[in-house]
Amino acid sequence: MSFDNAYDAITDASDDKHWAFGTGFDDPLSGVDRAVPAGVSTADLTAYCLMLADDALVLSQRLTEWCSRAPELEEDVALANIALDLLGQARLLLTRAGEVEGRGRDEDALAYLRDEHEFRNVRLVEIDCGPGPGGDFAVTIARLLVFSTWRLAVFERLVASKDPVLAAIAAKGVKELAYHRDHAAQWTLRLAGGTEFSRERMVAGMARVWPLYDELFTTHEVERSLPDVAVPPSDVRAEVDEVLDQVFTAAALDRPDVAPMSAVAGKSGRDGVHTEAMGFLLAEMQHLARSLPGAKW
Amino acid sequence: MGVAKARGVVLPVDNSPTCGQARAIAERVLDPELPVLTLADLGVLRDVREDGGRVTVTITPTYSGCPALDEMRADLHRALRDAGYERVEIRTALTPTWTTDWISADGRRKLAEHGIAPPQHKAGPVTLNLTPPVTRVRCPRCGSARTTELSRFSSTACKALRRCEDCSEPFEHVKEI
Ligand SMILES: [Zn+2]
Repeated sequence: MSFDNAYDAITDASDDKHWAFGTGFDDPLSGVDRAVPAGVSTADLTAYCLMLADDALVLSQRLTEWCSRAPELEEDVALANIALDLLGQARLLLTRAGEVEGRGRDEDALAYLRDEHEFRNVRLVEIDCGPGPGGDFAVTIARLLVFSTWRLAVFERLVASKDPVLAAIAAKGVKELAYHRDHAAQWTLRLAGGTEFSRERMVAGMARVWPLYDELFTTHEVERSLPDVAVPPSDVRAEVDEVLDQVFTAAALDRPDVAPMSAVAGKSGRDGVHTEAMGFLLAEMQHLARSLPGAKW
Repeated sequence: MGVAKARGVVLPVDNSPTCGQARAIAERVLDPELPVLTLADLGVLRDVREDGGRVTVTITPTYSGCPALDEMRADLHRALRDAGYERVEIRTALTPTWTTDWISADGRRKLAEHGIAPPQHKAGPVTLNLTPPVTRVRCPRCGSARTTELSRFSSTACKALRRCEDCSEPFEHVKEI
């Protein structure tokens, strides 16, 4: 069980091989009743699980872009850990989606082999908030604050979902999301209350993500058709507004006054209609898995 | 809607005498990220069942994305196989949700002995802190209550990094969740 060096552990003959991508992780959901609750459409439940999964998966991918490029070492570690929590939530939700769908797709197939129009994440998580020309640390913090406040409010209600698997995933997720929200709020205060320069960036960061705020609270027909299973996001708007206003007040920031980004012919992220950034993100995320299917090391 | 606990999600904990050997072996497996603790100390070992030559072990993740979970599975497999069990199945249960309250008293003592501040009991949910956080974590080396959080996230997702203002030593703290 203990090895002289890391290579011995990797090559341990009795051990399972490691996947080059994905996990090959199986049976992550035992101990919970996995049957689809009576009267629930499997197509709608699959779609809903994908929505929640894709939000977490895509933001996780974005946050890992900061690894080794954050303003300080502690922040490299923090953003990577937050990304890891979200990836964990995504994996459980993708597994549930595949199981309910019943077409034999596992978490890896859903993460790596779907095309852009099949991703159902909100557009907030896919936009490029840096590092690089797409944004900076303050934009990333602004997005994390908005996202984690919103997702926490949804998950706190999802704990009572009629689907026991979603309820169990949410019960784990709320603890993680509360940490993410607190982390982003702390940074919002530090940047807004720091120097003139940091404050300017924080104001600009919030203004950059705000056009995608309204989309978070637009209840989709899939959510409407799953009463007591899904949480209609319009239900959490008042609470999210209130929490963010508390942070804005403490940070002496104004709520941004910018127009929402419009939907395309009434469709947006939840319908698989994404921004230009999404294709590039997926190309990077899916490249290895698609070039070398089933690769192991 | 009611609460999730009312949904009949009950995890059996089998204490029947038939699972003596396998349980003892599984309990001794160390946590890959906090190797001063056994999986039993950490509270992630939920059930061990023996049926003839077949063993089924149920563990639970600490965090949704805990990368140590696959290592735990591999370590449990190896330990039980080395002890002669040929058919070993490791299951992962999501409920009841793991919290730091599942860490045993023995586990807390071991953490402190190894310089890691153990989590406090019944810490409750994390609230939004808009004022400087109140220090409640004691230095595991000198016992001082004057400690400062350096980073919310440390070498693993489950620990924060702090510094003692009296002995100046940095130390890790297993965060309450
Ligand atoms: Zn000290």
